[in-house]
This record gives sequence, structure tokens and C-alpha cells, in this order.
Amino acid sequence: MEKEVVIKASNVKKKFGDRAILNGISLEIYRGETFVIMGGSGCGKSTFLRHVIGALKPDSGSIHLLGKDISKLNEDDLDKVKKRIGMCFQSSALFDSMTVGENVALALKEHTKLDKSVIDIVVKMKLEMVGLRGFEDLMPSQLSGGMRKRVGLARAIAMDPEIVFYDEPTAGLDPIVAGVIDKLIIDLSKKLAITSVVVTHDMKSVFSIADRVAMLYEGKVLEVGTPAEIKASKNAMVQQFVNGSPDGPIRFFQQKDDYIEQLLK
Amino acid sequence: MDFIENIGRTVLDTFRATRDVMALLFETLYWLVMGPFKKKFSKREGIFTQMAYAGVDSVIIAFFVSFFTGVVIAMQSAYQLQRFGANIYVAPMVAISIARELGPVLTSLVVAGRVGAAITAELGTMKVSEQIEALDTMALNPIRFLVVPRFLALLIMLPCLVMFSDLMGIMGGFLVGVFNLRLNPYRYITFSFQFMVWKDVWTGLVKSAVFAMIITMVGCYMGLKTKGGAEGVGKSTTASVVTSFILIILFDSILTCVFYFFNT
Repeated sequence: MEKEVVIKASNVKKKFGDRAILNGISLEIYRGETFVIMGGSGCGKSTFLRHVIGALKPDSGSIHLLGKDISKLNEDDLDKVKKRIGMCFQSSALFDSMTVGENVALALKEHTKLDKSVIDIVVKMKLEMVGLRGFEDLMPSQLSGGMRKRVGLARAIAMDPEIVFYDEPTAGLDPIVAGVIDKLIIDLSKKLAITSVVVTHDMKSVFSIADRVAMLYEGKVLEVGTPAEIKASKNAMVQQFVNGSPDGPIRFFQQKDDYIEQLLK
Repeated sequence: MDFIENIGRTVLDTFRATRDVMALLFETLYWLVMGPFKKKFSKREGIFTQMAYAGVDSVIIAFFVSFFTGVVIAMQSAYQLQRFGANIYVAPMVAISIARELGPVLTSLVVAGRVGAAITAELGTMKVSEQIEALDTMALNPIRFLVVPRFLALLIMLPCLVMFSDLMGIMGGFLVGVFNLRLNPYRYITFSFQFMVWKDVWTGLVKSAVFAMIITMVGCYMGLKTKGGAEGVGKSTTASVVTSFILIILFDSILTCVFYFFNT
């Protein structure tokens, strides 16, 4: 069976000032898979994610999301595409002025004509999926970091999206909660047949959730493959990243040569 | 050369900021006018919450400021007018200066400090904690969702507040006139309204509507362009209040000139 491509990035380039963040990224992501984008801090993975959801526009190249070239859509059409995706933010980005229930209900209230009683039921169902039913009336400030992440996830899937994006879902969480979040991502992909795109540098979660992995380095795709292929990769950079070793082709110290000169200046 | 460079940079930055604020204003007006046709009008409850916050909760402080301004104007003008035995002219003096100038300007300054700062702090915090971006990915335009209700609320509430402030200011002058200057209360009132014309009031209200736009636009603009965490929010809030204050005073003189020269 031919796999349906839901996200297709071709040669995406982006510069902020003089610094090139994305140096021509080309990727294809298929329907129903859990695709992990990994790479060191500052390699452009979060920036790439923001391009895919239409928050940033590429300098050149194109991104097709659900079959539409999102850099060429007008606002109304872009909104239509955005209603079919969900996004889970690194900092959860819950609306502080609303309760947990209102956070999850917001998109439904604004984009559908559903009755309030129906929305209440949907909200309860979504919160049950992330194990937080009964927390509707709490404010986000009363929740722990892990609970906020889960509410953010419930909010992301409120509209039954076809693709959910996760920006560092396990960053800053303890190992148990991180494991719970990983399990939730797998569950949601399997139960709801959602395509998941996860940006992370947490190796443990990469190998437990991913169907396919892409490794980015300096704004380029270094390698794409299944977790097993990545583990067995011959590329020294990929190996260094997977094993987390400080020595290797990826330099931590960026300018070694002029150190003495700078000291003696 | 640094000095000249700095001047050039400041001028350019000012132009850029002005252009961006105007763009924000046009987009806000677009959503305000087109929103209902696209069935995407801001929720009424949101507007009412903002109206209660911006208007009703500002009543006490606005009253306080205008009342004592009225008292002070009455006393200061009596100090001069007493010499000519023209004490009764305190009445129109207070009424007209409050309605034309001090009511709108002082109330707007108070509201800029209270509401404008709150708008910037709230939107700025939402910006730095990715909440604005979250709204955007949920296909909710932040301008329609956050700016329009605040804009509309203050545009309605500030002129209302100014009307009440005018009354309070006149009341402050009245109390001084009656209890300190021993003027006849009935004569004080009739004399006030004999000299005050309708134009004095509506020019004040037009001013306050313009000030309301300045406060929300500057507040929202500064909030939405906030960068860099808690420090950024603090900086934006300060910049928002200072800019609002300067613009209110600037536009006050421009509008006064306009009303003065087109004296129809």
C-alpha cells in the first residue's frame, strides 16, 4: 500500500539576520506514523517545527501540510489547515486566565457550533485520555509541570486533529512523568491514528516512541531512518549524539584556535 | 559621529514603531468591522469582562483624581478672581476647564497607568510564555481574540468615565464655591451652565475616545512585541505607560489646536 504523505518539506531555507538556521531541509512524513526530529540545541529543529505549523515562513523552498503549500495560503485557508493540526508546546502555553476546562474547550467553543453541554462532555473525554478528569475547574497555576504538559496535550487533541506536533514534550520532567508522556504519545497515535511529529533530544523517548527518526545538524538533515537504523548508523555525528559522548565530530567548543590570542589580547 | 548615528537610529525606530502601531490599528479596525460578517466576532462575555475591568474598576480612582482637581482649580482661580470681586466666575472656570481639558486628560492618564499597563503586562506575559503562538496555532487570530475586545471596551468606557469625571470635578469646584467662597449654590449651578456650551463637553469626549485608542493600541503593541522573559515584560510595561503618557499629552495639544482653529 502506498503511504500517504501528510507533510512534505522541500529544500526549506531560513536566515535570521546573517545566521542561517535552516540550510535546505527536505523531509517527508507519512500518515499515522510517529516521526521524531532530533538534534542538538540550536540545530534548527524548533524553528523547522514553527515553519511546518505556519508560524514562520521560509526564505525559500516549500512546505506542504496536508496537501497544501502553506507558505502560499491566505489567512482563511491557513486557518482551515490549522484546525486540522494540534500543537503541544514546550512550556505548555496554557492560557493563565482560563481554567483547565476552558483551555481545552476554547478551540471547540470558537470553531464549532456545538452546544455547551456537548463541549463539556468532549472536554471530560479529552481530560480522561490524559488522566486528568476532575481537574476542569483548577487554574493552570495550580498544576505541576507534568500535569500542565498533559493539559496542553488534551488541548492539542481537542479538535480531533490529524497531526499533533510536540515541542520537547519531556524536557524538564522527571523520568516517570517523562515516561508517562511518552506512553500517552504512543497511545494517542495508536488509538486515534494520529500522525505525531515530535521534536526532542531525549534519547530514551526517541527510541521508545519513534517509527522513524530524522537527525538534524546545523540546519540540515543528517540522516533519516528507523530507530534501529539510526542506532546502527555509520555516521560518526549520529553515533556521537545517540551515545551522548562529549568527544567526536560535533564540537562543543566552537572556536578553539584563537583562544590564546583572545586571552593575550 | 555616534551622537548623529544615535539620532538617526532613534528617528528610524520611531518611524518603524509608528508604522507598526498604525498597522495594528488598521487590523483591529478590520476585525472590528469585518468580524461580524465573517461570523468571527469577539465573544460578548470577553468584551464585558474587559469593560468591567477597564471602566467600572477605574471609577473610584478616576473620581478621586477629578474631584480633587476640581477643588484645586476652584481654589487657585478664586485666589486670582477674589481681587476683582469676581468670585462667581469660579463656577464657569471650573466647569469649562474640567470639561474641555482636565477631565479627559487626567482620567486618560490614570487609565493609561492602570489599564494600559495591565494590558501590556498581560499580553507580554502571554507572548513570552508562547500563549500568543498557541492561540495562533489554534487558528485564533490574537488580534481578533485579544486586541479587539480590549479596544472596544476602552473605546466605550473611557468617554463614559470622562463624563462621570467631569461631573465629579464640577462637584469638587461646587463644594469649594459654596462652603469656602460662600457663593449661592443655585447661582453657582446656573452660572456654570450659562457659560458652558455643548461643544465644551463633546470636544472633551472626542479627545477621550482618541486617548482610549492610544492607550489600547500602545498597550497591545508593546505587549505583543515583548521579548525576553520577565525582564522583557517589565520593560514593555514601562515603555507602554511612558509612551501612552507622551502621546496623550501630544494628541491633546494637537486636538486642542484643531478645535481652536476650526471654531465652528
